Amino acid sequence: MKTLGLIVNPVAGMGGTVGLKGTDGPEILERAEQLGAVPQAHKRAARALAALLPHSDNFELLTFSGVMGEKPAAECGLKPQVIGSGSSPRTIPEDTIRAAGQMADRGVDLLLFAGGDGTARDVCGAIGTSVTVLGIPAGVKIHSAVFASSPPAAGQVAASFLGGEIVRVKEAEVMDIDEEGYRRGILSARLYGYMTIPDGRRLLQGLKAASAPDERAVQMAIATGLIESMADDRCYIVGPGSTCRPLMEMLGLEDSLLGVDMVRGGRQIGKDMSEREILEGMANAECSLILTPVGGQGFLLGRGNQQISPEVIRRVGKENIIVVATPEKLTSLRGRPLLVDTGDIETDSYLCGYYRVVTGYREAAVYRVSCYA
Amino acid sequence: MEIQRGSRLRNFHQAKWDEEVIFELSTPGERGIHVPEVETEISDAVGDGLSRIPTAMRRKTPPALPEVGQMRVLKHFLRLSQQTLGADFNVDIGQGTCTIKYNPKINERIAGAPQAMDIHPHQDESTVQGALQVMYELDLFLREISGMDRFSLQPSSGSDAILTMAAIMHKYHEVRGEAATRDELITTIFSHPSDAAAAAVKGYKIITLYADEQGMPDLEALKAALSQRTAGLFITNPEDIGIFNPRIPEFTRMVHEAGGICGYDQANVNGIMGITRAREAAFDLCFFNLHKSFGAPHGCGGPGAGALGATEEMADYLPVPLVGLDGERYYFDYEVPHSIGKVRSFWGAFSVILKAYAWILSMGAEGLKEAARIAVLNNNYLLKKITEIYGATSPYTGGKRRIEQVRYSWQKLYEETGVDTHDVTLRLADFGFHLWQSHHPFVVPQPFTIEPTESYSKDELDEYLDGLRHVVQEARTEPETVKRAPHNSVVHKIDESSFDDPEKWAVTWRAFIKKHGEAAAKIRG
Repeated sequence: MKTLGLIVNPVAGMGGTVGLKGTDGPEILERAEQLGAVPQAHKRAARALAALLPHSDNFELLTFSGVMGEKPAAECGLKPQVIGSGSSPRTIPEDTIRAAGQMADRGVDLLLFAGGDGTARDVCGAIGTSVTVLGIPAGVKIHSAVFASSPPAAGQVAASFLGGEIVRVKEAEVMDIDEEGYRRGILSARLYGYMTIPDGRRLLQGLKAASAPDERAVQMAIATGLIESMADDRCYIVGPGSTCRPLMEMLGLEDSLLGVDMVRGGRQIGKDMSEREILEGMANAECSLILTPVGGQGFLLGRGNQQISPEVIRRVGKENIIVVATPEKLTSLRGRPLLVDTGDIETDSYLCGYYRVVTGYREAAVYRVSCYA
Repeated sequence: MEIQRGSRLRNFHQAKWDEEVIFELSTPGERGIHVPEVETEISDAVGDGLSRIPTAMRRKTPPALPEVGQMRVLKHFLRLSQQTLGADFNVDIGQGTCTIKYNPKINERIAGAPQAMDIHPHQDESTVQGALQVMYELDLFLREISGMDRFSLQPSSGSDAILTMAAIMHKYHEVRGEAATRDELITTIFSHPSDAAAAAVKGYKIITLYADEQGMPDLEALKAALSQRTAGLFITNPEDIGIFNPRIPEFTRMVHEAGGICGYDQANVNGIMGITRAREAAFDLCFFNLHKSFGAPHGCGGPGAGALGATEEMADYLPVPLVGLDGERYYFDYEVPHSIGKVRSFWGAFSVILKAYAWILSMGAEGLKEAARIAVLNNNYLLKKITEIYGATSPYTGGKRRIEQVRYSWQKLYEETGVDTHDVTLRLADFGFHLWQSHHPFVVPQPFTIEPTESYSKDELDEYLDGLRHVVQEARTEPETVKRAPHNSVVHKIDESSFDDPEKWAVTWRAFIKKHGEAAAKIRG
């Protein structure tokens, strides 16, 4: 018998219906309520759970009381085991964190959570990559890659995962933007971390299709090609993101997944460096900058890697930027360009144009980079 | 579920025999044919046969072949044949990009006739003049269709033809002293993946152009990709999504200006036969899969024929031999100055060549054009009807028509119901239909690709449409029926988890036993 955890952030999404760009923090929630917002996350959770109902004999459902999971589950005809309760009268982020921790302790096979980026961040902070999770999109901000594309899709993927039809997992980004800044028109997102999600890709595509290789295998192919082309006397600035990680691993160096690292002659010059440290490390050496798009919108610069500042970019030079991405990541952009938003208009327009994106061993795509503004 | 009379859908149920792998049927000593003992007169004259094989080349142990009687072998393969969904059984329009059209049975008779079957490739050319004439004339037909100046019929598949194009391109640059520096091949994300793969086999770095918002390969991206390192461009048009790229002359012009070679992947030429040609689009090389557009069957992965055409300049690099006519007699022509040599033993897949030759003769020039027009008409009929089905879209068209196929999307259906394209595929199998999704990566989300060709009647297209509508209706009202499909097929669901795991996959029986152990084999008492 499999175990499924369920956490609903009951207030997720409320800010969006009244134009508040998010619902993080008690004051915003109050404003949202004053503007007439009503909770809707439990409804979206229920739409996902409906897909699980036919499989209810095969898993045990653990959740928190009331609107945090018990209520939407019961509405669908599921009989959850309630293992805790949220704060009253209104739940707070700590409730999500506590619930996620308890479910991880109980060894759930999958944790479904309904919310947005804020909720994803709370879950990520509590359990990291230790438990396989899947987001039911119910929040205002959905920039993270841990969400299914719709509530019914979340339910079906969960059913396939619990039923053993999906056996692979992969790491996906948890992103969040600064809501306060966003309300003032400044979009500043960061890569908050990674969580483990079911890898729902189907391998069997019929007679003609080669099966899609495992994403990590592609990342290793990219790293192999990069290492072959690396010059000993050059300095390599390695940006954040999981696509860059195998490069550092294969060089036998430490990788700061969310930070900027630096390599020269196969040796580590720095790890998780600030802008100043990067500039210092660049002194007296020709440099290349290895970047991968971070987050669902395809941001190359300005989201989660602000330490790679306009000054760093000017010193590196556009021609020395090496962009890496798996073909899956590029195709997930659906034809939209990669984006830069360094905060400096001149730098952004300098960076625009077509780049070779390394997509495999001796394989590249030519892809457009545009300014966000 | 019982399908009601009045619906075009069938109460289909596939045969399931739970048939063993032939190795599991082996009984020591059993034989299909007892070969007669060699008469002493013969063995006295030529020895025992084995003694002529050098000792080092002789097996120490006999090969571990299955030992099975004739009748059991017959049953085995007939049972397996009932477990497939063959093109002659179903409305096989769901294998988009494959051009599954009707393959006239009379052409099987022609290819199976002793004049074709019993000739040997080592025979003197004076004794196979008819076969040479077929190859010579097929070359002439294909020149007309493509505008190219010479064809080689040697490559035995589309991918083989692409590899041959890559070899020719390499030789071309080698002759100019540029082979070492021109090491990049440009292709597009919606061209066939073999354009990239076969060129990579030849040692090229692969540069892929992604589609712009209209689904066209990005011309600006091509500009950015071109350099002194460019060896050439391999591209399809119309691409796999069925959109014809009207800017193709600009692509070939820019590649030529950069010093590269342009190869046209026309494996599937079905929507433009007799309408547009490789020459007018300024390609240097092109190829046709005779087993797609030209009426020969696909043959379950072989035999095939990727007839490769070249301009006069590039014909100097074609594989040898070509077939020539000296005014009276046909002959094998080895006088090709820069030939890359052979890409296949002997002269090509003759049975496929013969079927394509017969098909073209029976169609005639007007017939070819008409086939293309009907294929396009059928496709656009389906485009209209399919995009009226709930949850189905055709990304990129913007209301425009397509050529011979369309890559549709079930993304909307997936978001509304959680039923994905793979689920729809499996459920359609319950009605005797096949549906294919797309090459990887899935650029179109939740894709499916349909190519009706000219062969199917409106009734048959409508039957297929009813299948799609039925499954979509189920997805909206009882998604579990779709998610748990197939219900009427040979195998319910396959565990896909080990498909790309080198520790588990096995493409031979010996590898299977080695990786999974004797106990994994089905043991019969």
